[in-house]
Amino acid sequence: MRYLPLILKNSLRNRKRTSLTVASIAVSFCLLGFLLAMYRVLFFGSDPTPAQALRLFTHHRVSLTQPMPASYEAKIAAVPGVKAVTVWQWFGGVYKDARDPKNFFMRMSAEPAGIFTIFSEMQISDDQKHAFQHDRTGCIAARTLMDRMGWKLGQHIAIAGDISPVNLELTLDGIFDTPDHYEMVVFNYAYLRESLPPEMRDLVGNYLVQVQTPGDAPLVAQAIDGMFENSPAPTKSETERAFQLSFVSFLGNLKLFLMAICGAVTFTILLVSGNTLSMAVRERVREIGILKTLGFTPGIIVGIILGEAAVVAVGGGVLGCALAAGMCGMLRNAVEGVQFLKTLRITPEIAVISLGVALVTGLVSALLPAVRAARTPILSSLRYTG
Amino acid sequence: MAIPIAYNLRNLIVRKTTTVMTALGIGLTVAVLVADLALVNGLRQAFRSTGNPMHVLVLRKGGTAELSSAMSRTVYQDLKTNPGIARDSSGQPMASLEMVAVISLTGIDSPHGMNVSLRGLDPMGKRLRDVPILYGRWYQSGRREIVVGRSVALRYPQAQLGKQIRFGKGMWDVVGVMDAGPSAFNSEIWGDLNQIASDFNRQDTASSVLARALDAAAVPALVNSLNDDPRLNVTAMREQIYYDNQTNAGAPLQILGMFVSIVMAVGSSFAAMNTMFAAVSRRAMEIGTLRVLGFSRFSILTSFFFESLLLAGIGGLLGCLLALPLNGMTTGVGSFTTFSEIAFNFRVTPAVMIPGVVFALILGAVGGLLPARSAARQEILVALREG
Repeated sequence: MRYLPLILKNSLRNRKRTSLTVASIAVSFCLLGFLLAMYRVLFFGSDPTPAQALRLFTHHRVSLTQPMPASYEAKIAAVPGVKAVTVWQWFGGVYKDARDPKNFFMRMSAEPAGIFTIFSEMQISDDQKHAFQHDRTGCIAARTLMDRMGWKLGQHIAIAGDISPVNLELTLDGIFDTPDHYEMVVFNYAYLRESLPPEMRDLVGNYLVQVQTPGDAPLVAQAIDGMFENSPAPTKSETERAFQLSFVSFLGNLKLFLMAICGAVTFTILLVSGNTLSMAVRERVREIGILKTLGFTPGIIVGIILGEAAVVAVGGGVLGCALAAGMCGMLRNAVEGVQFLKTLRITPEIAVISLGVALVTGLVSALLPAVRAARTPILSSLRYTG
Repeated sequence: MAIPIAYNLRNLIVRKTTTVMTALGIGLTVAVLVADLALVNGLRQAFRSTGNPMHVLVLRKGGTAELSSAMSRTVYQDLKTNPGIARDSSGQPMASLEMVAVISLTGIDSPHGMNVSLRGLDPMGKRLRDVPILYGRWYQSGRREIVVGRSVALRYPQAQLGKQIRFGKGMWDVVGVMDAGPSAFNSEIWGDLNQIASDFNRQDTASSVLARALDAAAVPALVNSLNDDPRLNVTAMREQIYYDNQTNAGAPLQILGMFVSIVMAVGSSFAAMNTMFAAVSRRAMEIGTLRVLGFSRFSILTSFFFESLLLAGIGGLLGCLLALPLNGMTTGVGSFTTFSEIAFNFRVTPAVMIPGVVFALILGAVGGLLPARSAARQEILVALREG
């Protein structure tokens, strides 16, 4: 600690070099922090909200797109631990022009009776809720979606069907807010059902189930799937979080991709830091010789050089984390409709990991130049002419 | 007069540790970019080689994907009579009614299950595509048998030859593995249309029709005549266009990769700048000597700038070498058009390596400009005294 002023003086000696090194390391750590933040939201997810932890999503085991019998609803409702259940049916369809990605949003049909219990975090005024529950062709939309599309209450929304041969004529009865930023329109399943051809009426896409306590979720999921195990339409029930995470694999082998890039970035930091340090030490060979004549032991000299490396690397790391936090914030606000990005941030854990990596890479990269400097005999270092 | 290139080259060799470290840093940046481009390149190749230039894909009016399309048998019968559709030697129209669904399989990369496309084909569909069987044999009509693409067999152990898969109304035998080359069909499972349609309760309504035009030049005419036929109420398109549009499945990975390589490039150009500044300050006396010998400020500037480009160029080549082992490696990505996975190989070709090297050179230029300018600006006397 006594040598801290010396370490700081040393690191500020060649300001241009130090600032370039810190900048380079900071950019790398900004990237590292950002990738770790991505990794966190993609593979760990933020903790499920209390309402989310109670929700199970039940679909046909063969695939999401396979329908299930409508008779399952009553059977699921009778499973112990189930508090509420609703049909939850994806309606693809086309709003205006499908070629413009702006016109894409989730269109789900559900039963107005159960939907507000199951999405207990949905905030909607009571009269709007009431209006929706008593309007056969009514629908509700997320506020973020409404703002994006420029809709107003009472808006007429026409959606042409594709998988379901039905053209919907919906009226916007209510606006809801959710912490999860779901950009979706929910409409009345009864309306969809009676518009379908008779042979499709008894087939349902998926079910949403609410359990009594979060601890019940795995047991209830097992009970539901066990009940239909040997039927023509076996099911798979999973928590909402698990279901969302299953879509991550759709983006490709992201885990490997992110790990490989993080590895490459860390290695680059090692190279940059090591390169700078050896340049700095090479420049100071004679000076180190003088320090030795003054009685500095090789151990202290190694310590001073390692300290300088740590100061530069950690400085870069701190700056990088700050940049990464800014980047996550920008992305949160800039990208619409991509759910998982909304929880993108640099958590304390990520900051600690990044700074740990900074310290370790700094020290490792300085080890070789430091030992070399400490080992050089006084005479030959004094004779050195740089 | 220009300073010989050998001077720069020798300098890089003398300071080999610094050279290697800086070049390696640039190389890693380039490797990330090249890997990213190779991924998109491979994906594009997979979709490009899927469409046949003589084939027309017919979907429900306004349809954009086979999965969400519906095609009734009556429409198919009407459609087959179109005179623009080629006929085989026995006079049969070369058109195949097909049903597409997705089933979930668990694989090595996807322990929680991944969607795989299942296609039921008319006997004509098999002949239109002419995919050879690699192991086993073709499925037989009227039996619960399926043939899987080579990538499916490799990526999903439960779908290997001789195994059974459960979907629809029961178990299905995997009786063959087909080799569709790099095309998307290698990521599909095929079976007899009637058998699959009855399992999915879709005897009357399949998904799409694939038809062969008389020749490649007649494709636009066939597309127009099908689109304009009010009885059919369908959307027809060249099969190649349908698959080309799916290349955007790689967009998330592509954007992430591009973003990462650009940020890494900023860091690497700072590092290159550092190395070049150090080179300039260590060679102050040399620069002074060169000036005394009569080299102009401009030749000093170009010489150092060139040295930086050389350094970055070595990094670029190193990066291509680092990315090269990826060539041919298989990975998969989900397409939201088919709602299923397509497997493809990374393709590290000159077309992706050249942008990589150019990227490195740009990086070297950005990193080298300031140090080169400071070298050129040095006063002779000061420079000579500094050494």
